[in-house]
Amino acid sequence: MIKKDMINYVADLARISLAGDEEKLFASQLNDILAYIEKLNKLDTAGVEPMSHAVILVNMFRDDKVKDSLPKDEALRNAPEKEKDFFKVPKVIE
Amino acid sequence: MDKQVYITTIGLEVHLQISTKTKAFCGCANEFGREPNSSTCPVCLGLPGSLPVLNKKYLEHAIKVAVALDCKILGSMKFDRKNYFYPDLPKNYQISQYDMPLSTGGSVEITSTAGARRIGITRVHMEEDAGKLIHDQKRPLSFIDYNRTGTPLLEIVSEPDISSPEEAHLYLSTLKAILEYLEVSDCNMQEGSLRCDANISVRPSSQKALGVKVELKNMNTFKGVRQALEYEEKRQVKILSSGKKLSQETRLWNAEKKITELMRTKEQAHDYRYFPEPDLVPFKISPGLVQEIRDTLPEMPNDKRLRFIKEYKISEYDAAVLVSDKAMSEFFSACVKLYPKPKNIANWLMGDISGYLNANNMEFGQLKMSPEALAEMLGLIDKGTISGKIAKDVVVDMISTGRSASDIVKDKGLTQIADAPEIEGFIEEVIGENDKVVDDYLSGKDKAMGFLIGQLMRKTKGKANPQMANELLKKRLSKEKR
Ligand SMILES: [Zn+2]
Repeated sequence: MIKKDMINYVADLARISLAGDEEKLFASQLNDILAYIEKLNKLDTAGVEPMSHAVILVNMFRDDKVKDSLPKDEALRNAPEKEKDFFKVPKVIE
Repeated sequence: MDKQVYITTIGLEVHLQISTKTKAFCGCANEFGREPNSSTCPVCLGLPGSLPVLNKKYLEHAIKVAVALDCKILGSMKFDRKNYFYPDLPKNYQISQYDMPLSTGGSVEITSTAGARRIGITRVHMEEDAGKLIHDQKRPLSFIDYNRTGTPLLEIVSEPDISSPEEAHLYLSTLKAILEYLEVSDCNMQEGSLRCDANISVRPSSQKALGVKVELKNMNTFKGVRQALEYEEKRQVKILSSGKKLSQETRLWNAEKKITELMRTKEQAHDYRYFPEPDLVPFKISPGLVQEIRDTLPEMPNDKRLRFIKEYKISEYDAAVLVSDKAMSEFFSACVKLYPKPKNIANWLMGDISGYLNANNMEFGQLKMSPEALAEMLGLIDKGTISGKIAKDVVVDMISTGRSASDIVKDKGLTQIADAPEIEGFIEEVIGENDKVVDDYLSGKDKAMGFLIGQLMRKTKGKANPQMANELLKKRLSKEKR
């Protein structure tokens, strides 16, 4: 059962701020989703190997050959802020 | 007072940059020192709709490392997303490996005066590197260069088998030598192609359970790792012996102040919410591929050490030091071919030459001297052209300029004086100028001899053949009657 503090924790991890009644709304939505997934747990999966991917493909490789990168200005075009050849952000030191 | 004995437990986490031509999951060049943000693409910048594809060479190099560290390659592996927000990570997750890594359960043998010991390797897994942050010194700003983002890394995690900071240093040097021999990375700590974090705990010897673990980060040299561990070991023992409790936390090494500082507590630890990377398919690694790579492994440091002892009849210790540096061991082998006195060569490499490199913070690979040049110089000593003492200066000149010994000797007029009449001339001068010391010698004070030899060497600028100088001076003094 997902409660308010879990909603706030997840929101905090995702850097999302919630408006007043959203805590309640998302709690009930997430609980619905979990209840739905819970149904799958009733299936007997003994002897079925867990899968880590939905596509039945393995070993997709690329050769170690250099391809053109984006031109610098193109790479920096999405930067909220830039200076010289760098992306610029508020100072972060952890 | 507390007479309690404490046991230290250390585990190390090494990150190794793999020197492939391209990044782990895209075709951008994987190259140090490029212009900022000149090696990025939609994949490594995490732009919507882009898809990563694994670099085959990266996997092969990773298997090579895992095999060399005696790890078991798990037949199936997958990648996972490690989620956290930090500006050096454009996707807000790092592609890493969580519960199905490349390999687990290896070991590294370390050899010290106490004998050989195996340090367990918990796992070797693959993950991409993050970008580089540069902090503005004046303004509250950080600048990001994403060239490094998405470059291939290996994380090599040791078991908590290490029992002292010194042993940690030895483990790192041994591991670095192995990695250098494999030629899959530059292994350069200054440039960050090899990085190390540490876990350390202490506990009273009476206690069975491990103590409270502290994680250490921000060490930029092997020496830094050792110093940080030494500091932390003392800090923790001090807290425990004063009856206080330690807390589980991450601390940063401050290399200037030589202390560790709190970075975050356990409560502030990240919640990474790992989940399988849906953009990459799983991988099956066949025993055939592993064997193929195993067959290409070069001679490893340990094998080379045993071969050196057998082939060149040098001591265990000399062999261990020589093979610990790939470049030095290759220099040694090449030099022995030209000048067949291995012990002589080993002495010069481990003595004056290593001393010079250490004092100047240089790597062996930066040496300007060739094996041919050292062989020639050793020949000049044997022939008596220069004295061993002069050779010490010549070698420094050779290392820093790359010139040959014979050129240096000719240019600087360093040829040894081995002509008896010439030396006798200098002896007359010395005796003439040191009346009192000669008296001392004649009255039985042996020390006076050393002084007179010193004076003679000064007059000849160190060039007199030492043995002749000694004999001729003694002979001359025996004729002095006072
Ligand atoms: Zn890229």
